[in-house]
Amino acid sequence: MVGTRNMVHAILFLLGSLIGVAGIYVLVFAEFLALVQILIYGGGIIIVLLFALMLTKRDEFHGRMENAQWPLAAIASLGLFVLITASIFADPQSGFEKPIHANFTEIGRSLFTKWAIPFEIASLILLIALIGAIVIARSGEED
Amino acid sequence: MHLQILSAALFCIGVYGVLAKRNAVLILMGIELMLNAVNINLIGFAVFSDPQGMLGQIIAIFVITVAAAEVGLALAIILRLYRKRSSVNVDELDIMKW
Repeated sequence: MVGTRNMVHAILFLLGSLIGVAGIYVLVFAEFLALVQILIYGGGIIIVLLFALMLTKRDEFHGRMENAQWPLAAIASLGLFVLITASIFADPQSGFEKPIHANFTEIGRSLFTKWAIPFEIASLILLIALIGAIVIARSGEED
Repeated sequence: MHLQILSAALFCIGVYGVLAKRNAVLILMGIELMLNAVNINLIGFAVFSDPQGMLGQIIAIFVITVAAAEVGLALAIILRLYRKRSSVNVDELDIMKW
């Protein structure tokens, strides 16, 4: 995704990697999350990114994508990867339990009983983001 | 452990995308990759160290919700920026520098 020069290809590669993440969720028996991942990312976020790309269309799509500090950024991200991997190997997890099937009923029940207040706050956040996006995108017309 | 290494790799690719790209939409995509890496990490730990509880999955759902809200707001900001400056190149957006 970060290597390609064509931005539409970059978004399609991002979709591929997000669906791969959904496959990993299936592999660790989190089917509900895989479903949510495909619905929200594949159906929502990729479309929004494509809209953002098309509404800001310029003829510099095939030009240079990286800024001047890309070698520094590459070094920093590689160093971060080495650091995280070293810290993972320094304290290896042991005694994995076999994952059990987390069924939809359990998730829904605990989402609406134990996690009801965070659920409501999440819906409030979505509402605020919706209104804020409309206000930010519209108020440019007056000035 | 494999999930953690995968998550670290995805996070670092996202960090590179955020740090090195010039287009604001590509930076947004880097942020999405980083959020996904965090979700993989959460799910890995939740499934293998707390198989009975739903904690990891539910927090991952909230992370996905916040990611969706963030993408919507960022799209609005990018559109506003494009209308004002007719560019989404973050190198040219230096009005807050002094």
